[in-house]
Amino acid sequence: MSCALLLLLMSLALAMGTGAAVEIQRPRGVPLSKRQFYEENKPFTCLDGSSTIPFDRVNDDYCDCRDGSDEPGTAACPNGSFHCTNAGFRPTFIPSSRINDGICDCCDTTDEYNSGATCQNTCREMGRKERESLQIMAEITKEGFLLKQQLIHEAKRGQEDKQGKLTELQGSKKGLEEKVEALRTVKETAEDPEKEAKERHLKAWEEQKELIRMEKDKTRMAEAFLELDDDADGYVSVAELQSHLELDPDSDGSLSETETQGLLGGADKVDTSTFETVWSGIKDKYLSEVSQGQSEPPAPVETPQEEESRDFVSDHDSDHYPEDYAGEEDVEDDEEDDHEEEEEEEEKVPPTVQTPEKREDDEVSMPPYDTETQSLIDAAQKARDDFDEAERALREVDDQMKNLEKEIGFDFGPSAEFAYLYSQCYELSTSEYIYRLCPFNRVSQKPKFGGSETNLGLWGQWAGPEDNLYSVMKYDHGQGCWQGPNRSTTVKLTCGKETVVTSTSEPSRCEYLMEFTTPAVCQEPASLDEVLHGHTEL
Amino acid sequence: MNSSNSILRTQRMGPLLVLWLAGCLSGTWAVDRGNFKTCDQSAFCKRQRALKPGQSPYRALLETLELTNTKLTLQLINDNNKVRLLLELYRLQGNMTRVKINELKPLKPRFEVPDVLINDPPTEPLSLLSRDENGVVLSLGADSQRLIVSAKPFRLDIMEGREVLLSLNSRGLLAFEHLRIRKDTLLCNYFHLSPLLFLPSLKAKEDEKVEDGMWEETFKSHTDSKPNGPSSISLDFSLPGVENVYGIPEHADSLKLKATDGGDPYRLFNLDVFQYEVFNPMALYGAIPVMLSHSAQRTMGIFWLNAAETWVDISSNTAGKTVFGQMLDYVQGSSETPQTDVRWISESGIIDVFIMLGPTPTDVFSQYASLTGTQAFPPLSALAYHQCRWNYNDQEDVAAVDQGFDDHDIPYDFIWLDIEHTDGKRYFTWDPHKFPQPKDMLQGLLDKRRKMVTIVDPHIKVDSSYKIHNEIRSKGFYVKSKDGGDYEGWCWPGNSGYPDFTNPEMRAWWASMFAYDQYEGSMENMYTWNDMNEPSVFNGPEVTMHKDALHGNWENRDLHNLYGLYVQRATAEGLIERSGGVERPFVLARAFFAGSQRYGAVWTGDNAAEWEHLKISIPMCLSLGLVGVSFCGADVGGFFKSPSTELLVRWYQTGAYQPFFRAHAHLDTPRREPWLFGPENTALIREAVRQRYALLPYWYQLFYHAHHSGQPVMRPLWVEYPQDTATFSMDDQFLLGRDLLVHPVTEEGARGVTAYLPGKGEVWFDVHTFQKHNGAQNLYIPVTISSIPVFQRGGSIISRKARVRRSSSCMEHDPYTLFVALSPKRFAQGELYIDDGHTFNFDKQKQFIHRRFSFANNALSSRNLAPGSQFTTFSWVEKIVILGASKPSKATLKTPDGKESQLEFEFDASMSVLTLRKPGVNAGLDWTVVLQ
Repeated sequence: MSCALLLLLMSLALAMGTGAAVEIQRPRGVPLSKRQFYEENKPFTCLDGSSTIPFDRVNDDYCDCRDGSDEPGTAACPNGSFHCTNAGFRPTFIPSSRINDGICDCCDTTDEYNSGATCQNTCREMGRKERESLQIMAEITKEGFLLKQQLIHEAKRGQEDKQGKLTELQGSKKGLEEKVEALRTVKETAEDPEKEAKERHLKAWEEQKELIRMEKDKTRMAEAFLELDDDADGYVSVAELQSHLELDPDSDGSLSETETQGLLGGADKVDTSTFETVWSGIKDKYLSEVSQGQSEPPAPVETPQEEESRDFVSDHDSDHYPEDYAGEEDVEDDEEDDHEEEEEEEEKVPPTVQTPEKREDDEVSMPPYDTETQSLIDAAQKARDDFDEAERALREVDDQMKNLEKEIGFDFGPSAEFAYLYSQCYELSTSEYIYRLCPFNRVSQKPKFGGSETNLGLWGQWAGPEDNLYSVMKYDHGQGCWQGPNRSTTVKLTCGKETVVTSTSEPSRCEYLMEFTTPAVCQEPASLDEVLHGHTEL
Repeated sequence: MNSSNSILRTQRMGPLLVLWLAGCLSGTWAVDRGNFKTCDQSAFCKRQRALKPGQSPYRALLETLELTNTKLTLQLINDNNKVRLLLELYRLQGNMTRVKINELKPLKPRFEVPDVLINDPPTEPLSLLSRDENGVVLSLGADSQRLIVSAKPFRLDIMEGREVLLSLNSRGLLAFEHLRIRKDTLLCNYFHLSPLLFLPSLKAKEDEKVEDGMWEETFKSHTDSKPNGPSSISLDFSLPGVENVYGIPEHADSLKLKATDGGDPYRLFNLDVFQYEVFNPMALYGAIPVMLSHSAQRTMGIFWLNAAETWVDISSNTAGKTVFGQMLDYVQGSSETPQTDVRWISESGIIDVFIMLGPTPTDVFSQYASLTGTQAFPPLSALAYHQCRWNYNDQEDVAAVDQGFDDHDIPYDFIWLDIEHTDGKRYFTWDPHKFPQPKDMLQGLLDKRRKMVTIVDPHIKVDSSYKIHNEIRSKGFYVKSKDGGDYEGWCWPGNSGYPDFTNPEMRAWWASMFAYDQYEGSMENMYTWNDMNEPSVFNGPEVTMHKDALHGNWENRDLHNLYGLYVQRATAEGLIERSGGVERPFVLARAFFAGSQRYGAVWTGDNAAEWEHLKISIPMCLSLGLVGVSFCGADVGGFFKSPSTELLVRWYQTGAYQPFFRAHAHLDTPRREPWLFGPENTALIREAVRQRYALLPYWYQLFYHAHHSGQPVMRPLWVEYPQDTATFSMDDQFLLGRDLLVHPVTEEGARGVTAYLPGKGEVWFDVHTFQKHNGAQNLYIPVTISSIPVFQRGGSIISRKARVRRSSSCMEHDPYTLFVALSPKRFAQGELYIDDGHTFNFDKQKQFIHRRFSFANNALSSRNLAPGSQFTTFSWVEKIVILGASKPSKATLKTPDGKESQLEFEFDASMSVLTLRKPGVNAGLDWTVVLQ
């Protein structure tokens, strides 16, 4: 068909200030800016200068120029491009290969002049829509940018606040440190007399206990003597002692006479006073005839102890279980707080375990401290409590400072406009999952209908292109994928009045994409404003 | 697409599958060989292979010989057990001999493969030349070919002159396990059966010791009940003078088959092999029991028509010899002629062999095509580029990828949807959330003159709320288990039924499901992909169907390798029917058999993103081409794993010059659309795809020939240079048709490749630089990442469309550029085929253009090759590039109306390239350009 379409005259109405229309002729597909290179009836030189051809070979559907410049209006050159004027919309270039391919590419239909495709001129409609959406975008940008200023302001104030707070904390930390030191001295000073008094009390108590013990032994000896002295003749004889097999020195199962005599110090019988020496030799083995056969583990002491320790263990279990199950990735920040608390609890727990042990020893309880000692102890305890209190306060301040320093150290954008996102979370619900974005922290996904949460990545870094670094956030090192990488999420930030997750997708296995609008990325709308003004006034 | 395996699914499937997967994965990338049988683990293969060459126990009973106009019949007796066989010999038209051996009186009929031959092959009369007590000599008609039947031991020899072309049972490995009554059930059945049937086998009792695996066989946890007992068959073929055999796909192995002594035989059994390895004889997804033999003198073929599990042993008396050893033989005048021996073993059925006697490769292709038909002629767009991934997630994703191609100015024709597009793996349905408006999506593609393929697998979710399942179940169309209930197995949807595609009623019903009103959301630009049609059964033995499952009266054992062919056939028929018989279908299948070429395309299954897999794609597709399946491709980029950028680029460059050109990727791999690797790589991929699009006229013409005459599109060099022994084992380069030689770069970091340019006295032209090279040389070509070494044969004319657009449909009316590559004698010839690109009108109404271009005596002319046809095209000839030309003083275009005009031209003296400017003649007309 060799539809050698030569020069096609295009009439282009250019709106001038006066509203007068001027017709400009140029070959099909040539933009106005290059019009001067295509002069009718003059030989055409390829724009790359590679050759010169008669003008009738411009747009003759045969590619003569290596750069494709001789065929701006046909598909003949593989590297050519076609200019659509698209009056009413935006002019654009399309690859030559889209000329007459049966698909409407230019909204002014100029690309399909010989393909049989029926194209509608949609430029006006598109222009209107674009202006509308530009308008909307401009408004959004404008408002968003205002909000952004506010955010920057708040962030600045917040930053100042934080800085101030940090300075304040630094001050109070110093005070606290001094206080801790002072209280440590107070504590130590109070603890010395306390220790002495306590030791004194304990020593007295030990002595008293020894006395009691000796008294008890004596009683037991007398009881044993009476028990052994079966004939009540005031002597314990060999025969009387022989029934106590537990005293057998060679443990051969029989207590011979000689052995018994040996126990009695060589005598056949002993009286109460001599028994005193005999008793010291046998008292450790001796079994009272009364208590023999009568099993005596009076264990009521142990029971509460066991229960208590079991409680302790199970307590621990129930605290740790969910953590083990959920896996490291699933520990959320708020959970981390729990975790810390829990650790503190753990430290507190052991003393309660020791209490029963002490109790076990106390067959006879120690008498209360005398008032003097007690007052020393009370004083020392108070000093200790004061010290602990101060130390805890110091630790708290330290933690606060650390958090503040971390927050201050975060890259919240050039003007800290993203600071407001810190420690916030935003959710998006899809048909299957609830997605959760906690900026600067993590991204996660939770099935709507049961199932555990999946970590889609932890805060990594800003990952936008060089000229727009703060347009993309990257979260990585999420939960691992089968035979694949760890999950990761790219968050694309676009300007919006509201801070909201607008969409999520998984374009590649385990690589998630999230769209997130925030005023923090809204750009100065000034130039756009101007453009719009121009439009509306026209 | 996909393999039998992905952990992703485990979350949605039952614990059973999870266990199975866990066993299957075991954390490595390589195939788990333990899941698949070796010959030793396949009872019949082990039994048969235990037989060693020696004197055959079979004897021909010459007194039973009967010769009719169409065939010769003769009984054979096994002297060991007295079981008689019936031999049938046919002389088939087109220089073929058919040898059929069955039991004379089998206990019950043995399976004979239906639906593979396109007709009852027409015969030619055989004539008896001589006959004595030792045997008979028959004339095979032309070429002084004779067939000698020796009586004792039985053997067949086909001779031409004094040369033996091929011998059957010369090594005595004919073994036919006759059907028998199970011994342990013998007594109770004895008196109900005719003693006549029985006596011979009673006599021969000693020979029939029951071996393990005859009546039951267990592999891993699966037991095969074998109610019919042993039934295997085996036969050997000797090929004197032959050192090279090819074919019997599908194996991930070299083009030239290797001797199998000391290893496993090549196995033919359609299996879903997870992460297959290259260079081994394991069975893969498809099976075509056709082997070609080739020597400098002759090319022949053996077509073993049996659809049961089959093993092929190859041995060669030269295979083990080093080049030095062969030299020594030559120098010392070794008397031993090279010989290749082949042995086929199948589990059941009969021996039905077609011996295609060539003598040229082209003859063998025609002979095989006359038996099983030719390549389906695909819609032109199916030859363009296909973009696939497991999975394009939803409509928005499809739209975004479609737009991505336009944004990066890369053409494509088809976008594919894998299993995730369905509603819970219920084929013929759409995921209501991800694809709520499939017609809108398809319309969007149609608006860009593009198309889509959706997957429809043959496993059907057992779910009483699923219409397809309910209908198949109520119609009794499912394959049955040995106990008679519907056979069920695990696949993507979980518990699944398997429709009995061997049943013609089932196929008709299946085809009707593709009607636009049945397959909701489908449109005319939507085509079909049949994956998993081995069939894949995740929890079945060797990941496939139990052999004792029943297709009507036949066991899966008998016809296993046919299942995939039937699936693709029923689907292709559905696509034809939905258009009222007007439109050509396009169906891709993973499993195939002899004859599958009639129904569409195949691909090499679930390969991996590895350089070895890129290399093996060449011999795998070449092997398929030799046995009729031209429409072959490998997943560009590799299915499993993630390719390096270099590998991906090289794969695009290779795939652009292979018949089926589709990128595909596993669900768990990162995205790899062509523009995701930086502008430079995008440009490289764009260029490779554009080269494909520019060459589509030539591809289309090659496919027309494949369809018309059965000649392969992608050819080993020896097919065109049958006497050039240097080409016999070459499989790192190939020919497209006769005229293009492609040596893709398949080495990582390559700085150069050595291509072999065949043809003494011929020349080849680099298609990119037009540089001329002499034939019969190894040419070192320095390469960069942009190089795709391709050469056009001097003496050929190739048409291209230089205006590459965003889809092939958009290029329909574009003009042609003719590349005339002159031979040293300043001669060239070529063709051009044009039709509407998508209907059967080329066939039914002869609506096509077929031109012959000839350059001789300084004149290039276009003449009609098909005077009976008619078609008009808008396309014209925009440019003629003559390579190896000298500068004329003028170029005159003459048209039939007597008009003459002068053509402008440019001459590049450094490359001897003459470019004629804008002849402008319509491509369907006669014309001549005379150079003076």
